[in-house]
Amino acid sequence: MTIKIASTVKVGLFIPCYIDQFYPQVGIATLQLLQKLGCEVEYPQGQTCCGQPMANSGYEHLTHQCNSLFVRNFAAYDYIVAPSGSCVLHIKEHLHDPANEPAAAGIRQRIYELTEFLTDILKVTALPARFPCKVGLHQSCHGQRGLGLAQMSELVASPFSKPEQLLRMVAGVELVELDRKDECCGFGGTFCVAEEAVSVKMGKDRIADHVKHGAEVITGTDVSCLMHLEGVLRRQHQPVKVMHIAEILNQQIHEQANH
Amino acid sequence: MSSREQILAAVKKNQPEATMLPSLQGLSGNMPATLEAYRKVLESLGGSLFEINDTAQITDLLSEHYPHLQRVVFADDKRKWVNDDPHQLEDVDMAVVTGTWGVAENGAIWLTENDIAVRVLPFICQHLAIILPRERILATMHDAYEKMGAPQTGFGVFIAGPSKTADIEQSLVLGAHGAKSLVVFVLG
Amino acid sequence: MNRPTTDHATLADKFNENEPRVNWHDETLWWVRAKRDRQAWSIPEWELLRETASQIKLNVLGNLHDYLIQFEQQALQNGAVVHWAADAAEHNRIVTTILQRHGVKRMVKSKSMLTEECHLNPHLQANGIEVIDTDLGERIVQLAKEPPSHIVLPCIHKKKEEIGELFHEHLGTPAGNADPQFLTAAARQHLRQEFLQSKAAITGVNFAVAETGEMVVCTNEGNADMGAHLADVHIACMGMEKIVPERKHLGVFLRLLARSATGQPITTYSSHFRKPAPGKELHIVIVDNGRSRQLGREDFRNSLKCIRCGACMNTCPVYRRSGGHSYHTAVAGPIGAILAPNLDMKDYADLPFASTLCGSCSNVCPVKIDIHQQLYKWRQVLVQEGHTSGMKTAGMKVMSAVLSKPGNYKKAGKMGRWVLKAFPGMVNNRFNPWYKQREMPAPPKQSFSEWYAEQQSTKK
Repeated sequence: MTIKIASTVKVGLFIPCYIDQFYPQVGIATLQLLQKLGCEVEYPQGQTCCGQPMANSGYEHLTHQCNSLFVRNFAAYDYIVAPSGSCVLHIKEHLHDPANEPAAAGIRQRIYELTEFLTDILKVTALPARFPCKVGLHQSCHGQRGLGLAQMSELVASPFSKPEQLLRMVAGVELVELDRKDECCGFGGTFCVAEEAVSVKMGKDRIADHVKHGAEVITGTDVSCLMHLEGVLRRQHQPVKVMHIAEILNQQIHEQANH
Repeated sequence: MSSREQILAAVKKNQPEATMLPSLQGLSGNMPATLEAYRKVLESLGGSLFEINDTAQITDLLSEHYPHLQRVVFADDKRKWVNDDPHQLEDVDMAVVTGTWGVAENGAIWLTENDIAVRVLPFICQHLAIILPRERILATMHDAYEKMGAPQTGFGVFIAGPSKTADIEQSLVLGAHGAKSLVVFVLG
Repeated sequence: MNRPTTDHATLADKFNENEPRVNWHDETLWWVRAKRDRQAWSIPEWELLRETASQIKLNVLGNLHDYLIQFEQQALQNGAVVHWAADAAEHNRIVTTILQRHGVKRMVKSKSMLTEECHLNPHLQANGIEVIDTDLGERIVQLAKEPPSHIVLPCIHKKKEEIGELFHEHLGTPAGNADPQFLTAAARQHLRQEFLQSKAAITGVNFAVAETGEMVVCTNEGNADMGAHLADVHIACMGMEKIVPERKHLGVFLRLLARSATGQPITTYSSHFRKPAPGKELHIVIVDNGRSRQLGREDFRNSLKCIRCGACMNTCPVYRRSGGHSYHTAVAGPIGAILAPNLDMKDYADLPFASTLCGSCSNVCPVKIDIHQQLYKWRQVLVQEGHTSGMKTAGMKVMSAVLSKPGNYKKAGKMGRWVLKAFPGMVNNRFNPWYKQREMPAPPKQSFSEWYAEQQSTKK
């Protein structure tokens, strides 16, 4: 089933490096989902990374070439979409290219994290997906607090959540409530190895919250957080799985959740 | 160059461009200025409240609720103690003072040096009673500062509830260094 | 001055050796955060209030020179003595001189993070003056010969049993009694004697009003007032950023401070000191100690808006799981991590990295300091200034080379996945901090880009 949208939009698909290398199924699900929703999607083959690993370590000055490469790869698209709030936030806040600053500025404006692209640009109101499962949503900080994908528990403001809005369109998904609905998982880029003890402890605590409330699958908008949580889960031999939100939103009715 | 000049010169050099002060309008919202709102907050802070029509009722109420008081001082009857060394107020069991303004949003009562006669009185006493005329209850701190205006005395204090601490494992304990209990007599 | 040379990660690692204790520390502080949330939600205008406070403080930073002079003039008119200290050493000298002139050998002090920052206590002790910290939490850590681990909750890292033992040893309470009510009563008795005997009292300052020359000191215990009103000499020590323009602005800050700090609607006592009591002395020490320098750093000057509520610590998932002492500086947590490098970049180069940049700190901050953005920016500055290891720089250069050229990236990626698959021993060992408590991701047979290329070619 294909959902028609008013006019075809040309989307440049940005698949962050660790998704490309370790979680290709997330890239595939993202691509298929966008196509299913009527987008014309291209994946520029020359892409690598947003530069965040260096910048967050204090080496933003080493990201110039990486930035120029990004601008060259993505300047031509109506929209740039990535299944990662963190990488999108980094581009939005830090992408500059002295050789072509107008193009960089344009990309900063037109880049979207997948779920906000679905809710805000495609204005998706229904999805042909089914996933009968108890799901815990991990609100990754950069997406949530940085991009505003969901209301933040610290603020006195009306609640909303773009990822949750989409998950509620998936038949069979039962979202579990968490004690701490937007606490950081402890990944934090190089923090996860530089501050190993605290990083792991944060991961363990996040997992305990999901497990306590009966989540069978932990999902989220950032594979980096999920990779960290998966590493802890597997070490603990927990039956709980992690899946990127694109994988759930892309579950076909007939697939019958083979997780 | 003295440190004063050195600091001020560095500040002048480094301070950012001056900006306008924001308006303080609209910050009080619809906070109520009612006795009920005040009572609810005060009680949540561990204070207690009695409504009275006449200050003459206070003595009876105190002996009913605080049966073991030895030394009680009234701030408006200061001839008896005001010229003593403030350290001698250490054995005051109960001090009774009159508050200037009450704030419903946080239970605080504004007391000036005129209200308490000796600065240490409302702190050093074992228990504190504050008389607050009912019409003196305001909604928020913004209202309080508006009513207070410019300072008239050398010292003033908002007191909200009894002295307390939660420094040991976040367990709330009333009576840290100041008054162990606070009773507010709302008059009128 | 001897500071621990160990960095945050090492100290945090040690803190995490006792996991149940980490859980307890985390949950205790999270409870304070939850109380803060309830208080914030009790005020519908909360976000407007934060914005207003932030703008008032911005106005203060932009007019600080004039406000300081105005405050001084007013304070002098009120009968106070005003001192200016360029740095910690001068602050300590000024305080010592005042005390020596009055022949003070033992005196009381209420909470002042500034005096912690300046290491006043050891300085006074070296000059033969004994300082008794009177805030209960501070007295506890003082007896334990430790620094406070939190700016509002100084002994939040201590269990009541440990406090019971300390009191047994120092105050003679019965062994094994760890009841908070009982221990607090014992401290009240012990410290009352100190208050009654002390000729001088030091307090901090929460707000200093330029318009009136008055200073507001907030406590729950009443210790600042007991000290200041019973002593002949009151010394108030303030960082120069404590200024607020007008008295009415106190309404904004007093509404925010305690709600953000501990989830109370206001502290029990908000004392407004304006004039010395008849026959007594009031000294105000205005301290710079790097603040004017921070004022000149465009990216970091907003850190001077801080009103020391500690909300960023309570919400910080890293602080809660590493403890205040792991920050090895007077002001711990996220705010400490953006203040400390201004004092000494070399000693505190690790602190801006002790964060996942989750951003919760900026959201709870009552004066809307962009704390997590400043952490990011400090990282850049620290690397530029050379406060980083050569190995890390070399690694980052390799990473940059790989990620800047698609060809390099594809080769490196393939090799990485191949290494993961073929030689788990190379990465799965105790030298790999990822693997210590986490599994590595299972390597897929092809990358997304390889899959995509395959799809494209079969289409054609």
